[in-house]
Amino acid sequence: MWAFIHKLGSPKWFYAISARLTPWFWAAAAVLLVVGSVWGLAFAPSDYQQGNSFRIIYVHVPAAILAQSCFAALAVAGGIYLIWKIKLADMAAAVIAPFGAAMTFVALFSGAVWGVPTWGTWWVWDARLTSMLIQLFLYFGVIALRGAFASRDSGAKAASVLALVGVVNIPIIKYSVEWWNTLHQPATFTLTERPAMPADMWLPLLVMVLGFYCFFIALTLTRTRSEILRRESAKRWVRDLADGHAGGRR
Amino acid sequence: MQVVEPRTGLAVAVRATIKRDLTLMLRRRGEVINPLVFFALVITLFPLGISPDTALLAEIAPGLLWVAALLATQLSLDVLFRSDFDDGSLEQLLLAPQPLPALVLSKVLVHWLLTGLPLAVMAPLLGIMLALPVESYAVLALSLALGSASLSLIGAIGAALTVGLARGGVLLSLLVLPLYIPILIFGAGAVQAAVLGASAAPHLALLGALLAMALMLAPWAIAAALRISING
Amino acid sequence: MAFESLTALLAMGGHAPYVWSAWGVAAALLIVSVAHARAERRQLIRELQRRNRRERNLSERETDER
Repeated sequence: MWAFIHKLGSPKWFYAISARLTPWFWAAAAVLLVVGSVWGLAFAPSDYQQGNSFRIIYVHVPAAILAQSCFAALAVAGGIYLIWKIKLADMAAAVIAPFGAAMTFVALFSGAVWGVPTWGTWWVWDARLTSMLIQLFLYFGVIALRGAFASRDSGAKAASVLALVGVVNIPIIKYSVEWWNTLHQPATFTLTERPAMPADMWLPLLVMVLGFYCFFIALTLTRTRSEILRRESAKRWVRDLADGHAGGRR
Repeated sequence: MQVVEPRTGLAVAVRATIKRDLTLMLRRRGEVINPLVFFALVITLFPLGISPDTALLAEIAPGLLWVAALLATQLSLDVLFRSDFDDGSLEQLLLAPQPLPALVLSKVLVHWLLTGLPLAVMAPLLGIMLALPVESYAVLALSLALGSASLSLIGAIGAALTVGLARGGVLLSLLVLPLYIPILIFGAGAVQAAVLGASAAPHLALLGALLAMALMLAPWAIAAALRISING
Repeated sequence: MAFESLTALLAMGGHAPYVWSAWGVAAALLIVSVAHARAERRQLIRELQRRNRRERNLSERETDER
């Protein structure tokens, strides 16, 4: 078991394995996203209350789910890095954070845009949007802290600690904001919580969520591989690897 | 000749840390007073920026007081470890045989005694200026005393993470302020409830729960962060 | 198909600006991240190759001089 974990943690081994896996994830992401988009945009029935504006759900919900999953992944990677000193975990964390921030932004933007036809205004201090906004600030904090240190190791460790602190706080922030929200503006029209969404509405949503996940995994694998090339560039096997690579020369 | 071993128990170390920090802080009185002046100044700005209308001010006073107190605490965080970092005594603290979380907890305690508690005592005074109803003064002070302890604990994590950085100030607020939000919500909620004549007990209980959690987890995070800042 | 024609699909029942801007931003961010990942990888490999070549040239020159 331990041997396996340490093997997985070795950049060389990971580089070889991920080379085989990555194309599959890219392919799956492409297929799922195209199918989900066409299905969601053109074939899913329109909502009886919100009309066609509800089709924003197919990007809003996957982005929101990814935004949260990315933070959890960030914290897990940070924990692995701090406890077992596996550098690979930190390389992954370094590439997950910007993508998570991007997804949080997509969720916020699509939520705000969706607010115009449903609430009649761009921004409402709705519980979900508010905690999304706070989460965006948490992402900025983690990214900024990593960049602030002169030594890469210190920055990595500090960002890992902050990610762990943040992941403990996110549920507390979420519940406190929800509680604050119900106190100040009762019975607003919530965006996504609707009982009994028919299958031809939520099936494309499921496809989109899976597509976003595959995209996330593929992107993380690809960029972690790049990160290995960057950080391990002094190693013999990385140098040999570059020579065997025709794609780089143009 | 008899060799007297120095006493090295945890209680001795904690007491010594508290005494040392208190002495140092009381010698640099400016650093204790500045957050209080900042608090008063910010509260003075609001009526000038919004309106001197007492009805309006009374309505928004709980939130204003809490936000201003929160920013004052945040501003005072930078000095928490800075001077110890500069003169090297932070490294001594890390090398001490006693568990680091207990030692940093005593440092945070001193920080709270000299910023959070004075802010809580001062807040009702500013409440008068914002025409806050008299019934809520006790809750205001109590909620600030309880909440600022959590603010000190959480803020110390950020201060420990940024103490090694030359320009950590703005970064510190970026790290810490999002984490302050639950405390702000329940703290301001407690005062608001008191203003409306409802019981503030649930809010205060929640603030207490947050403090209990922060007490449980923050010392370890602070200790880990300090080790990273010092040892890299 | 929920729409009769392509124009109806594009019009989104009057909600076009909202639906298409939300989808557009999401698509743009995904595409940008793919493009960035590709460019980053290609640049890193090119850099490594350049370094290899430089070192090879250096060692060749050293043997020539000898």
